[in-house]
Amino acid sequence: MSSSTLKKPVVHPIWLRVTHWLNALAVIIMILSGWRIYNASPIFPFRIPSEWTLGGWLGGALQWHFAAMWLLFLNGLVYLLFNTASGRLWKKFFPLRPTEVIQDLFKALRGKLQHDALDHYNAVQKLAYVSVILDLILLVVSGLAIWKSVQFPLLRELMGGFDNARIVHFCAMAFLVAFIVVHIIMVALVPRTLLAMLRGR
Amino acid sequence: MFKKTLNSTLDTESILKDARSELALPSRRLFAKRALTLGGLSLLTGCNITDEPSVNRMLERISRMNDGVQGWLFDPKRLAPTYTQAEMTRPFPFNAFYSIEEVPEIDGSDYQLEVTGLVTNKRPWTLEQLHKMPQNEQITRHICVEGWSAIGRWGGIPFSYFLQQIGADLSAKYVDFQCGDDYHTSIDMPTALHPQTQLTLTYDGQILPPKYGFPMKLRMPTKLGYKNPKHITSIEVTNKYPGGYWEDQGYNWFGGS
Repeated sequence: MSSSTLKKPVVHPIWLRVTHWLNALAVIIMILSGWRIYNASPIFPFRIPSEWTLGGWLGGALQWHFAAMWLLFLNGLVYLLFNTASGRLWKKFFPLRPTEVIQDLFKALRGKLQHDALDHYNAVQKLAYVSVILDLILLVVSGLAIWKSVQFPLLRELMGGFDNARIVHFCAMAFLVAFIVVHIIMVALVPRTLLAMLRGR
Repeated sequence: MFKKTLNSTLDTESILKDARSELALPSRRLFAKRALTLGGLSLLTGCNITDEPSVNRMLERISRMNDGVQGWLFDPKRLAPTYTQAEMTRPFPFNAFYSIEEVPEIDGSDYQLEVTGLVTNKRPWTLEQLHKMPQNEQITRHICVEGWSAIGRWGGIPFSYFLQQIGADLSAKYVDFQCGDDYHTSIDMPTALHPQTQLTLTYDGQILPPKYGFPMKLRMPTKLGYKNPKHITSIEVTNKYPGGYWEDQGYNWFGGS
């Protein structure tokens, strides 16, 4: 680092960057293998093109899905533990006020939303990140209800029964995919955020 | 404190600069978009990764680990939900690794169920003898590994009772099933002793039709469909891991729900 550059503060601590990228890997494996599993018995009148899927066949896709679930679950647990214990969760995402979300959303749509600093999230970002955390929790819970519908009767009933748990699981996946698309577009528009997630500042 | 403020100002400016230059150059944005798509594509074609033997071995090992986890999660007293006759799925779907035209026709009159392995009474059983054993009935959900499910009404012998009749070693690890349609699967002893595990002889009050596994199937609402063998011809109690038709190809062995 040259002497003219000031040492910038760390925006993302190392545990956050590690869990972010492990989560990205787990989520990609879960989605692509999940699409293959979905194709074995679609709940909606369409199939996912098989060249977009992972696993080669149903058995292979299930092996990927039930391997990556451990990465998703354990990594998610580590992330939530660090995030709550460090107080970062509250500091970064709250307060989250609906009026601010609406204001920032209109600003963003008119291209007037400023990225004040990488270490501060605007209201739309806050909402998106909190939503995707909750969505991932819903994916794990609905997935557990599908995988172990007999052993976890409470989860099964919470999801409205076995068949309904599959619909919940699919819709939560669709939300996650929509998040990823927007997330990647935003990163492409502000590439410095990618650097920050790689090197911390 | 001052330093921090200064830094965030710098950040703001550089971000704005970045953003402006990005917006000013539509070609760059287009390139970035294409790069993302290309990246996405190269990732997606990564399904070849499944053909890699080392990757397959790792997935196989994790699948066996998941067998252990499921065995640990399995509560031998927890019952699968039961349903009313009105909730039955009609018609109950036929499903096998072959088409419905290829369903084996087994002659019930000279049929014998073989019993082998760690059992004290190895004499085979005729259908008549089996029908004379105490029977019960269940209306339960059959969940297929593919994701669909269907509710059916099954009648037969509680399998734990049958295991006691043949003097099975109940501390053995596995029960293996060989079938008249060249199918083969095996289950863990705790599931074999589960109160809803049934040596099924009837469907919806009628003798089990060929398409559902005449003369008998094993019905377990605590396991996925492929763990429920049809046209059973022989049962073996064993401590040697027996595998199964689908399990040997990669389906999870425990296959519990």
